[in-house]
Amino acid sequence: MNESFSASELMTIAAAREITDRDIIFCGTGLPIVVARTAKHLHAPGSVIFFETGAIDSPLLDLPMFVADSRVMAGAVIHTGLVDAISMLQNNKTGPRTVTILGAAQIDRFGNLNSTCIGDYLAPRVRFSGSGGAADAACLSGRTIVFMKHQKERFVERLDYLTSPGWLQGARSREQKGLTRGGTSVLITNKCIIRFHPGKRTMYLSEYFPGSTLEEIEGNTGFPLDLASAREMTPPGEEELRVLREEVDPDRLIIA
Amino acid sequence: MTAGKQKKMMPLSDAIARFVLDGSHISLGGSTANRNPMAGIYEIIRQEKKNLHLYGAIMGPGPDLLIGAGCVSGVELGYFGVGRYAPTAPCFKRYVEEQRIRFEDYTNFQMALRFLAGAMGVPFIPTRTSQGSDIINRWGMDEGYRAGDERTANKKLVIQKNPFAPDPGENVILLPAINPDVTIIHAQKADAQGNVRIEGLTFSDVEQAKSAKYLIVTAEEIVDTSTLRADPQFNQLPSFFVDALVEVPYGAHPTQCYNYYDMDMSFLYGLIDATKDNESLHEFLTSHVFGVHDHREYIQRLGNQVLEAIKADPGLGYRSGLNRSQDKASSRRMQ
Repeated sequence: MNESFSASELMTIAAAREITDRDIIFCGTGLPIVVARTAKHLHAPGSVIFFETGAIDSPLLDLPMFVADSRVMAGAVIHTGLVDAISMLQNNKTGPRTVTILGAAQIDRFGNLNSTCIGDYLAPRVRFSGSGGAADAACLSGRTIVFMKHQKERFVERLDYLTSPGWLQGARSREQKGLTRGGTSVLITNKCIIRFHPGKRTMYLSEYFPGSTLEEIEGNTGFPLDLASAREMTPPGEEELRVLREEVDPDRLIIA
Repeated sequence: MTAGKQKKMMPLSDAIARFVLDGSHISLGGSTANRNPMAGIYEIIRQEKKNLHLYGAIMGPGPDLLIGAGCVSGVELGYFGVGRYAPTAPCFKRYVEEQRIRFEDYTNFQMALRFLAGAMGVPFIPTRTSQGSDIINRWGMDEGYRAGDERTANKKLVIQKNPFAPDPGENVILLPAINPDVTIIHAQKADAQGNVRIEGLTFSDVEQAKSAKYLIVTAEEIVDTSTLRADPQFNQLPSFFVDALVEVPYGAHPTQCYNYYDMDMSFLYGLIDATKDNESLHEFLTSHVFGVHDHREYIQRLGNQVLEAIKADPGLGYRSGLNRSQDKASSRRMQ
């Protein structure tokens, strides 16, 4: 390997590879925008980005810094509002085609997420922004891609607050709660790519990043992780890195 | 017609004094750092309103400043933060961690739907979102507290079988409507009668506006009614929803106003930094809120050079090439 790349570049490219040409991408701020734009430049030109604030198919000439930034508005195909935009997740025609990229403070082995608080809900040690559109996306979109920093305190046995449902208690529990589609399809950390067993809906290590070790991954996960079928991730190609660095985030506003 | 016009157009200080009372339930338009009704928020702080109950979906620096200034005792929210600039709104965070505020968490969709229900005049609205989450299980405002104020729904939400489906049937979540005492929005244009045009995304402003008992609209400019009538498809609110109308240029500063101006980055960083501790917050309020007579003086103090630098590019709606990195933006010192 004569090329070096950062963890956030690996995460972005790993996530971009998950996006298909038919996807309608429910886009949050930060890395998700970079992922969506990278995929669109590379292999998914037909994918469409939209924002919960109401911007549909934004060309994103400049990177927005929050979902209501005027930079999501310029050149969009439609301007609407929250009710209309988030309804596209709940809509039975468009909902199954939507894919969402989420981050969180905590995740459990079933891919459930916490972005509300650490400690007791009413008297938290640390309070976060709250669900926002995250629980809407986790409940209603066709599939969910999750980004996490791989740290033991974030990969927990039990969430302090379940903001966004993944596979709930595993197996068929998600469907039984009335969530008829979606679920966490893949978890991408700064060390690896984790997927979920189709039956039990528990995590297994799918691919580790170049430079990461199984020991390091296991040591930073707060619950047992199935490592049996792990292999090394295919490193980013020249074109993937070029698009990311030169086309998508040339000013390094998002990517470290 | 003239009478209606005279009744609605009034100084912002009069509109706030008349419609925002201690203990009012209020909602504020805009989203994260876009189109926050800052002039109205500053005036609420200046008039030292207390015990407000705040409703919002995607809330940012404006509503957060209102919390920091001690005006708010309860908040029902979807999200409270400023994206990359402040992942969690500093005052909201501090007040929750210190247990100085009542709060209730919903999702953004749920808050927007609750305003829609209020605007439609129905008591509740169904949705599928949040099933299986702690948004259903954990309540910030218990039934005892809820029973004490008729404006607060007696339950956070209700899970019920779809009455139209055959047994056993699927569950849906029923959400209580929101009808705030007052909503304040900042729009780009209005005519003197109070017909309103929001340019760019409407966020949940239209539903918030239509669900409120009283609506205060601040607008960048009051335009001739023929301007609005030439393109009625771009207008959202008819005049009969509006109770107070005020022309306030730069009324959303330091947040964005699509087609008019971009963020004032150094001021916004200054505001976000100031909200992180009580002492800097006090300084900020003393200088920029209590230290000026009104929004006109606040804007005059910024100076033309700053206003020129944030002016939106035609066709883009924001300022292309605006310096958005914190280090460089901070080079313009806060007064």
